[in-house]
Amino acid sequence: MAILEVKNVGKRFGGLQALNNVNLSVAENSCHAIIGPNGAGKSTLLNCLVGKLIPDTGSVMFDGQSVLGRKPYEINQMGISRVFQTPEIFGDLTVMENMMIPCFAKRDGAFELNAITSVTSQRDVVEKAEHMLEDMNLIDKRGMHAASMSRGDKRRLEIAMCLAQDPRLLLLDEPTAGMARADTNNTIDLLKRIKDERDITIAIIEHDMHVVFSLAERITVLAQGTPLVEDTPEKIKGHPKVREAYLGESQDAA
Amino acid sequence: MFGTAKRDTALLIIVAILTLFAPFLLNPFPAGSAMAQFNAGYPDLMQRFVIFGIFAIGFNILFGLTGYLSFGHAAFLGVGSYAVVWMYKLLDYNIIWGLPLAIVISGVFALMIGFISLRRSGIYFSILTLAFAQMMFAISYSDLLGRFFGTTITNGETGLQVYRSDPQVLIDSWESVPHLLGLVEMRSTYTMRLGDWSFDFNAGYYFCAVIMLLTFYLAIRIFRSPFGMMLRAVKSNQQRMNYTGLNTRPYALAAFVISGMYAGLAGGLMAAMDPLAGAERMQWTASGEVVLMTILGGAGTLIGPVLGAGFIKYFENIFSKINDNVLHSWFAFLPDGIEDFMVVIVHPFVGKGWHLTLGLMFMLVVIFLPGGLVEGGQRIARLFRRKNARNDAPDGSKTPAE
Ligand SMILES: Nc1ncnc2c1ncn2[C@@H]1O[C@H](COP(=O)(O)OP(=O)(O)O)[C@@H](O)[C@H]1O
Ligand SMILES: [Mg+2]
Repeated sequence: MAILEVKNVGKRFGGLQALNNVNLSVAENSCHAIIGPNGAGKSTLLNCLVGKLIPDTGSVMFDGQSVLGRKPYEINQMGISRVFQTPEIFGDLTVMENMMIPCFAKRDGAFELNAITSVTSQRDVVEKAEHMLEDMNLIDKRGMHAASMSRGDKRRLEIAMCLAQDPRLLLLDEPTAGMARADTNNTIDLLKRIKDERDITIAIIEHDMHVVFSLAERITVLAQGTPLVEDTPEKIKGHPKVREAYLGESQDAA
Repeated sequence: MFGTAKRDTALLIIVAILTLFAPFLLNPFPAGSAMAQFNAGYPDLMQRFVIFGIFAIGFNILFGLTGYLSFGHAAFLGVGSYAVVWMYKLLDYNIIWGLPLAIVISGVFALMIGFISLRRSGIYFSILTLAFAQMMFAISYSDLLGRFFGTTITNGETGLQVYRSDPQVLIDSWESVPHLLGLVEMRSTYTMRLGDWSFDFNAGYYFCAVIMLLTFYLAIRIFRSPFGMMLRAVKSNQQRMNYTGLNTRPYALAAFVISGMYAGLAGGLMAAMDPLAGAERMQWTASGEVVLMTILGGAGTLIGPVLGAGFIKYFENIFSKINDNVLHSWFAFLPDGIEDFMVVIVHPFVGKGWHLTLGLMFMLVVIFLPGGLVEGGQRIARLFRRKNARNDAPDGSKTPAE
C-alpha cells in the first residue's frame, strides 16, 4: 500500500518549470530513492511534500489525506519528518535540549503553555531524549552547544531529532553531501538500522550512488522536473536512458 | 528549594538580600560628604530601580528568549499607569484594585498588538511595535478616544490625576495618597541615622521590591520550563521548529503577552508610587530605554536586565546631578590651573552630558562584552577561578542563560 501518493504535481518558478507532471508512489515501510542531476527539482519536490511550497497543480496524499494547504507544523504532526540538505538544528541550544524539543512536540503537540514546571522534572522526555542520544552515540556531547559540533554529528543529531517523533515517513535531502567516506558509511549503517528496527518509510534524495544502492528498494530518476523512470535498483543500474542522463555524470562527479 | 535548581535558588536569594538591604548598600557615603552625590538610597530612585527592573525582566522574556525586538513596550507601561489612576478615581487610593487591572489590561493590549506585529519578524516586527506604541502615545497625548466618547480617558497632555470631583466610591476620610489595604501609605518612610550616615526605609520601595522578587522568581521558572526552552528555540531556528511540528506563532505571542503584562505591572507600580499617569510614559524613548537596559545587562540572562536597569537609572539620576560646582569641589586639591582643566575635561560627561557617558559605556559593552555586564562578571569570575585553582581541570561545560 502506498503511504505517499504524488499525482501530476507541477511547480513553476517564473519562467522555469521546476516540476512537471510528477507522479510518485512510495510504498509503506519501503525505502524510495530519488536521484537526478543538480537542478532536477528533487528538493523542490520535497518542499511540496512538507508544506514549504504549494504546488501549482496536482495532489499530494499522505496516508489517504491531502497535505496541500496545511502548514509545515501540521504536516509534521501528521507523521512526516524531514532532514534538510544543510543540517537544521537549534545551534544556540545544547545537544540535549535539541533532542528534548521533538520529544516535547511529540508529547504535547504544536503548542503547550508549560511555563512553570522545570524541564528537568519532565522525566519521560528527559529519559527518551537521553535514550535517543545514547542510541546515536551522542550522549557524551549532551552539554555541548549544537552549533559547535562537527557536520557529521549535526547530521546524526538532526536524524535523531526526526526519529524522536516516531515519524511514519522520513524524508532525507542528500544526507551524506559533504561528508567524509567514514561518516557516509556510518550514515548508511544508521539508516539501515532504522529501517530494520522501525515501521518507517524512507524517501531519500541522494547523489552518492553507493548510498542509494545500499538502501533503496525503488528508485525514481528525476530530470528537468519530470520523472524519467522508476524501478528497482538492479533495473535502474542497467537502464540506458538513466546511464545517459544521470549515472555517467554522477560517476564523474564521484 | 522553591522548585528551582540550586544555582537559581542561590541567585534568587542573593537578589533578595541585595534588594532587602538596598537602603544601606546604596547609601555608602555619609550624608553631607563630597561623595554623598553618589548615594542612590533615596526612596524615589530606589523605587525606580526595582520598577524598571520588573519592566526589563519582562522585556527580556520576549527579547532575550525569542529574539523578537519590540520597540513599543513603553505603551504597556502607560496602559498600566492609566489603569491604576483610574481605579483611584473610581474607587479609592488602595493600590490593590489597580495593579491586577493594570496587568490584565496591558495583557489584552499586548495580545492585540502582538497578534498583528508577530505576522512579521526582524526589523519589520520592530517597526510595527514602534508604530503601535507611537499611535497609542498620540491617542493618549490628545485624549482622542476620550474626545470621541465625549469624556476623559487619558486627560491629554495634562496627564491623568485624581480630582476632588471624582466618584471615589470607596474613599474613607483619612485617604489622601496611595496605600496598601489601609495598612501602610506608599510614601511613608522611616529614616535611620547612624552617626553621619542616614538610611531611608520606604514602604513603597519595599512593596515594589517584593513584587520584583516575585516576578524575578516567575521569570526563573519560565526560563527553566519547557515553554522557555521553546522560546529559545524560536530565536535559534524557526524553520526547524516548524518542521518539528511546533507552531512558533503562539509561542512568540505568549512571550509577547507575558512581557506586556510585566510592563503593565511596572507602569501600574509607577502610578502606585506617585498617583499620576502621563502620555510621555509611552514615548518611544522609554521603549528604547528598556532595550538598552536589557542589552547592557545581558539579553537572555536572568539577572542581566535587572543590572542594566539599575545601571541606567543610576546614571540618569546620579551623573545628571553632577554640575561644575561639584566638580570643582572634587578637584579642589589640585593646583588651580589643573583643577579648571580637569573640570573642563570631565564636564561634558556629567550633568546634562550623562547621556554621553551612558552612550560610551553602551558602545564599550556592545563591542567588548556582547553578553552584557553579566558576561563581564562571568569573565572576571573565570579569571579568579583559574588563578585560584590552576591544577583543576578547566570547566568546559557552559550553562546557557544564567
Ligand atoms: N524558491 C525558488 N525560487 C526560484 N527558483 C527555484 C526555487 N527553488 C528552486 N528553484 C529552481 O528550481 C530548480 C530545481 O531546484 P532544486 O529542486 O533545488 O534542484 P535539486 O534537484 O538539485 O534539488 C533549480 O533550477 C532551482 O534554481
Ligand atoms: Mg537539492
